Amino acid sequence: MTMTMTADAVTRLSRRQLAWWAAQAIPDGSYVNLGIGVPTLCANVMPADREIILHSENGVLGFGPAPAPGQEDRDLINASKEFITMKPGGAYFVHSDAFVMIRGGHVDLALLGAFEVSGGGDLANWTTGDRRFPPGVGGAMDLAVGAKAVWVLTEHTTKKGEPKIVNRCKYPLTAPGVVRKVFTDLAEIDVTADGLLVRAMVEGLDLEALQAVTEPKLRLAGDCRVMAAPA
Amino acid sequence: MAIDKIVPTLEAAVAGVADGMTIMISGFGFAGVPNDLIEAVLHTGATGLTVISNNAGTGTEGLAALVGSGRVKRIICSYPRSKGSDHFDSRYAAGEIELELVPQGTLSERMRAAGAGIGAFYCPTGVGTELAAGKEVRNIGGRDYVLELPLRADIALIQAEKADRWGNLTYSKSARNFAPVMAMAANLTVVQARHIVPLEAMDPETIVTPSIFVDRVVHVNNDRQWDI
Repeated sequence: MTMTMTADAVTRLSRRQLAWWAAQAIPDGSYVNLGIGVPTLCANVMPADREIILHSENGVLGFGPAPAPGQEDRDLINASKEFITMKPGGAYFVHSDAFVMIRGGHVDLALLGAFEVSGGGDLANWTTGDRRFPPGVGGAMDLAVGAKAVWVLTEHTTKKGEPKIVNRCKYPLTAPGVVRKVFTDLAEIDVTADGLLVRAMVEGLDLEALQAVTEPKLRLAGDCRVMAAPA
Repeated sequence: MAIDKIVPTLEAAVAGVADGMTIMISGFGFAGVPNDLIEAVLHTGATGLTVISNNAGTGTEGLAALVGSGRVKRIICSYPRSKGSDHFDSRYAAGEIELELVPQGTLSERMRAAGAGIGAFYCPTGVGTELAAGKEVRNIGGRDYVLELPLRADIALIQAEKADRWGNLTYSKSARNFAPVMAMAANLTVVQARHIVPLEAMDPETIVTPSIFVDRVVHVNNDRQWDI
């Protein structure tokens, strides 16, 4: 009898490592919005050799990493209500202009969290319908339809170990068919017209084990890479 | 006659707040929230209020205190639940507060439309989702849009960095957020400003909210640490 490998046996990326891996994929010169959750961590691990301009819904463009302890400014936060710093060239503007940038198609890329993503790129990330946990849409629907590209950063499975990449979202949608890439703590997956294509996996994982925690059918890219990030 | 919109007290700033009014409150997270004006509204005892704000308050003071007081019957916002939003969460769970959840960009654009005299607008956000349920959808140039209506208020409470006696305003960093569009969208715009400066000290090139949108200014610059 042969042992079957499972996703439980491999070391998943930490949230910071996942943010780092996704940040390395952001093209130089992009205007990028970082959503609540893992995406906000990207601001602290951006590639040093690129100029990537970060946008925040609350009226900030061109911000940098979190401030050093003691340097926090209560007037300077991101959309996740975390303290940030400004970079030279940054700008402040009214909230409605922040969404002119989003809906008007001026933001190149939105990195968002997700409750679920479907094989066709449907995104669900604003409500579970549970009255104990009020819904919170924030800017997610605007970003989902307005940004030129949407990438999702999320754990591959729920706390119960169930797939978050599903055939059909059971939670209410944020937007249908908008997600182009999914970065998880196990893999990097492209959403293509021909289905989900695995571009990278963590060390020691194989397609069969990844498929076991993913509902839609996966295909392996010919140049699939090992997903590794600094601790 | 010299125009002077500066009022001496918080009480005078919120005079006229009454039961059943709709109140816009600036701020995003803890930045730019006019906590002193909110507390002054709480002191008026006005009830049955509708509040329009991005969030629903965190901690025990400011908007959270107003929500927790039970005087807010309805809140229109994009992101009510945050770390520390216990006052809202428990009232929502108990069915004691109505929530109209609005996508964030639609929220500020509806305010802008109200301020700009626009009757309605077609917006791509939310198409095909529960938040567009029951709204008119129209295909324009091959893309679907949802009809959104203006959002107006009786009073807007906003926070600014600098103000002059005419009501010209500048803001501080991300504390600007919703304040300029709320100032346009209310029948009465009330400002708490950290600094009052002479007209001559305001640079016309850098005024963010021109005085025409402002009705009252009260000077509030204290070191109070709000639990928010």
